[in-house]
Amino acid sequence: MSKSPQSAVDFAIHTRALNLWYGSFQALFDVNLDIKQGMITSLIGPSGCGKSTFLRSVNRINERLGYARIEGAIEVMKRNVYDPEVELIQVRKQVGMVFQRPNPLPISIRDNILFGHRLHSKSKGDEDDIVEEALRKVLLWDKVKDRLKDKATGLSLEEQQKLCIARLLPVKPSVLLMDEPCSALDPKGTEAVEELIWELRGEYTILIVTHNMAQARRASEECIFMLMGKVIEHSATEEMFVTPAQAETADYIEGRYG
Amino acid sequence: MFEATALNRRNDRTQALFRMLFLLMTLVLIVPVLIILTTLIVKGGPVLSVDFLFTSPTDGMTAGGIFPALFGTIWLVAVALLVSVPLGVAAAIYLSEYAPDNWMTRVINLAIINLAGVPSIVHALFGVGAFVIFFGFGTSILSASLTLAIMTLPVVIVASRESLQAVPHAFREACWNMGATRWQTIRKVVLPNAVSGILTGVILEVSRTTGETAPIMFTGAAFFLPFLPQSVFDQTMALSLHLFVVSTQVPGVPEALPYGVALVLIAMVLLMNSVSIAFRMYLRGKKKW
Repeated sequence: MSKSPQSAVDFAIHTRALNLWYGSFQALFDVNLDIKQGMITSLIGPSGCGKSTFLRSVNRINERLGYARIEGAIEVMKRNVYDPEVELIQVRKQVGMVFQRPNPLPISIRDNILFGHRLHSKSKGDEDDIVEEALRKVLLWDKVKDRLKDKATGLSLEEQQKLCIARLLPVKPSVLLMDEPCSALDPKGTEAVEELIWELRGEYTILIVTHNMAQARRASEECIFMLMGKVIEHSATEEMFVTPAQAETADYIEGRYG
Repeated sequence: MFEATALNRRNDRTQALFRMLFLLMTLVLIVPVLIILTTLIVKGGPVLSVDFLFTSPTDGMTAGGIFPALFGTIWLVAVALLVSVPLGVAAAIYLSEYAPDNWMTRVINLAIINLAGVPSIVHALFGVGAFVIFFGFGTSILSASLTLAIMTLPVVIVASRESLQAVPHAFREACWNMGATRWQTIRKVVLPNAVSGILTGVILEVSRTTGETAPIMFTGAAFFLPFLPQSVFDQTMALSLHLFVVSTQVPGVPEALPYGVALVLIAMVLLMNSVSIAFRMYLRGKKKW
C-alpha cells in the first residue's frame, strides 16, 4: 500500500514539547509528534481541538496574529523553523499550504501556477514546462490546456482547489499542509481531490486536517487524534479506526461527541 | 378563506401611506437639484460658447470669457492631486497592510477622521500660515494646491484604505503561503485589485476640489490676472473664486455671466462624477471573485 521510498524512520516534521497560546488561552499542550516523510497523515478531532492551530504553526502562518505565542520546537526536514536564524520565506517555500476555500488569485490559470515560481526565480525560459508539469501532476492539464489564459476564478471549485495545489509545486515544497481541503467541494469534487492527494503521496509529506472521518480513513496512511489541544493518539489509520488504543478516540470515531 | 380582515385592510392603508410619504421626501430631495440645473441652463446657457471658454475676461470682468479661470482651476487641481494621491495612497497602504492594531494606529485613524472634519476656511488659514508665510511659497499655485491637497488627503486615504481592505484576505494568504513578502503581495495582488476603488475615490475628490473656494482664496487664487500663470509659483485665477467675484464683487456684470460661470463649474464636476461612475462600473464588470 505505501509507496513511501524512505524507510519509516525518516521524519519530515518533528515537534518537541510544542505549546501554543492565543493571548492567555492555551491552544496546544506539549505536542510531541513525528510525522513520517512521504506519507499522508490526517489530523482529526472535534472543532477547537487545536488541529488547525497545529497545522498553521508548521509554516508559521499563525504568527501573523500578534497574540499567538509559541514554546518548544517544530523541526521540518530536521531544522527548527522557529530558530531565529531561519528565513521565513524559505520556510513558506518548503511548506506549502492549501486552504479550506480554494483561493486562486484573480489572474490567469497560467499566472497562478507561475506566481510562486516568479517570486523566487528570475529565469523565464522554462515557464511553459513548469505550467504543464504542475498541471499534469494535479490531473488538470487535459482540462485546461487550451484555456491557460482564462481567469482561474472561472474554474469549478474542484478545479480551483486542484489549481491551488498545483501552484505550490513549482516552488518545490517537501511538505503540503491541507486545512480541510475538500469541505467546500461536492462529493464528486471531494473524491477527485482525494484521489489527487493520494497520487501525491511519496513525493510530498502531506498533513491534512479533516472533519470527515471517512475521508481520514480513505485518504490517509497515518492518523492523529487531538482533543483539547493535546495529542491523544497517533497511529496507522487502519489501526486507529479498527482498534483505537484510547477510549476518547473510540468515542470520537463512533460519533459520541465532536 | 383568504379574505382580508379589517386589520389587514388597516395595515394596507398604513403601508400605502408610508410608501407615499417616503416617495414624497425623495422627490423633495431632488427638486432643488433640478431647479438649480434648469436655472443654470436657462440663464447661463446663452452665454456659453467656444469664445466664452477660451478667451479672457474684458471690460473690468463684465464681458469676455473665463479661460484664465478655467486654466487656473485645472492647474490647481492637477498639482493638488500630484501631492495628495501618492501621499494618501502610501498612507492607506501602510494603514491597511502594515500597521499593527495598537494605540498609535488608532490615534492616526482618529487624526485622519478629524482632519476630514476641519472646515475648509480653517484649512485656508493653515495654508496661509504654513505654505504662504512659513515655507515662503507666497500666494501661488503651489501654496493653494498644497492647501487643497491637505484638505483632500483624508478622503483619499479613507477611500484607498477601504478599497485595499475590500481585497479578499484569502488572496494575501495565498501569496504569503507561496513565500511572497508583504511588499510583493501588495504590488502583485492587492494593489492591482484595489486600483479601481482608489481611482474612483480620487476622481470624486477631484470634483470636490474643483469647486472649493475658501482654501484657495488666500493662498493662491487671484481676483483678476491679465496673464496666465507661468509656473507653480505664480498666482492664478480659478473658476470657483471667479464665480464669487463676478457675482458679488464687480458692479455692472450682466446677469447671464455668473450663471454661465456656474454652469461651466457644475458641468466640470458632473462630468468628472460621471467618468468616475462609468469607470467604476467598467472595472467592476471586469473583476469577479
